[in-house]
Amino acid sequence: MADDLSLESMSTQYYDVLKEIGNIGAGNATTALAQMLQCKVDMKVPQVKLLDFNEVGMLMGGEEQIMAGIYLCVEGDITGSIMFLLKKDAAKHLVSKLMGMELPGEELDEIGTSALKEIGNIITGAYLNSLSTLTNLKIFPSVPDLTIDMAGAILSVPAIEFGTLGDKILLIQTQFTDDCELDGFFILVPDLESYGKILGALGIM
Amino acid sequence: MSECIKVGMADLKVCISPDSVTTLGLGSCVGIAIRDPVTKIGGLAHVMLPDSGAIRNNTNVYKFADTGIVELVNQMEKAGAKKSRMVAKIAGGAQMFSFQNKTDLVRVGDRNVEASKKKLKELGIPILAEDTGLNFGRTVIFYPETGDYVIRAVGKEERVI
Repeated sequence: MADDLSLESMSTQYYDVLKEIGNIGAGNATTALAQMLQCKVDMKVPQVKLLDFNEVGMLMGGEEQIMAGIYLCVEGDITGSIMFLLKKDAAKHLVSKLMGMELPGEELDEIGTSALKEIGNIITGAYLNSLSTLTNLKIFPSVPDLTIDMAGAILSVPAIEFGTLGDKILLIQTQFTDDCELDGFFILVPDLESYGKILGALGIM
Repeated sequence: MSECIKVGMADLKVCISPDSVTTLGLGSCVGIAIRDPVTKIGGLAHVMLPDSGAIRNNTNVYKFADTGIVELVNQMEKAGAKKSRMVAKIAGGAQMFSFQNKTDLVRVGDRNVEASKKKLKELGIPILAEDTGLNFGRTVIFYPETGDYVIRAVGKEERVI
C-alpha cells in the first residue's frame, strides 16, 4: 500500500484533505500567534502547492532570499519533520512585535533568536495539533532548531527528504496580516509510512 | 559578451570560457565544478543525494552524486573536453540544522561530500580544492577560464578556491 504512494499519484481527495488540514492548522496557528503578540492577526486561505524543487526558491523570492527557517522532527504515530519559513524581515517584525520594541541593528541577537524559536514552536505546534485532532493520531514535536540563511540552502533540507520519494515538494503557503502582510510557509514531510497512516486515519485509504 | 549560466537543484550545465556557471543556495547539497584546463570547457553539477542505488525512484540522474558526476563528465566530453585532463573543485554539503530527521539523512551533507569524492576518485579526476561541511549555505560561481571557484555565504567574506 505504502509502496504505491508517490506525491505525483496523490488523489485529488488527499490534496483537498491536505488543504483542509492546512486551513485548520493555519487557523489554529493564527489564533496562537494573536495570543502571543497580543494583537489581531488575520489569515488568508492557505494554498497547498506541489512544486518542482526549483520553483520553491522562486516562490520565496529567490534562492538567495534570506529566510528564517524553523525545523523540528515529529515523533509518535506520525514520524517525519516539519519546517516553517518566513523572510528575515518578517521574522524581525514578529520578534519586535513580541518584544514590544524595535530591534536594534540588522541581525537578531540571542534574545531575538530565542524569541523567534519560540514563535516558530508555537506556530508549528498549533499546526501539528490540528493534524493530530483531525486524524486522532499522536504527534510529538521535538525542540525546534532555527537558522537564518539563504532560502535555497534551508530548503535543501526538506527537498532532500522529498528527494528520496520523487522530484517535488509539497508545501502550504499561509499569509498572516497584522499591520503588515507576512508570508509564512509550512513544509510538512511525513515519512512514507506516515502518509499511509494519515490517509487511513482520514478514511481515504 | 560572457554569460553566467544558472544551475538549479538536481541539475547540471556545461559551459565554455568566457562563460561561467553558478548555483545559488547550496545547503546540504554539493556543487561539483569540473573543467578541462586546455579547452577551457567546464561544468557544474548540483547534487542532492549520495547514492542512486539506495533509492527506488532514481530515474533523475542529476539528483545523485554518483550518476550526476558521470553525466556531467559525459556531457563535457561530448563538448570536446578530455577526461584525462579534467580537474575538480567541490563546495557545499553543510548541515543546516543541528539535527536532521532520520538516521540516514542526518549526515546527508557529509555523505554527499563523501560520495562526490568517491566518484571523482573512481573517474581519476583530482580534487584541487574544497569548501565543504560546517553549517551555512553557499552560492558558487565557477569560471572555466581560470578554474576559479567563487564561494559566497551570508555574513562572510567572499572566498575563491
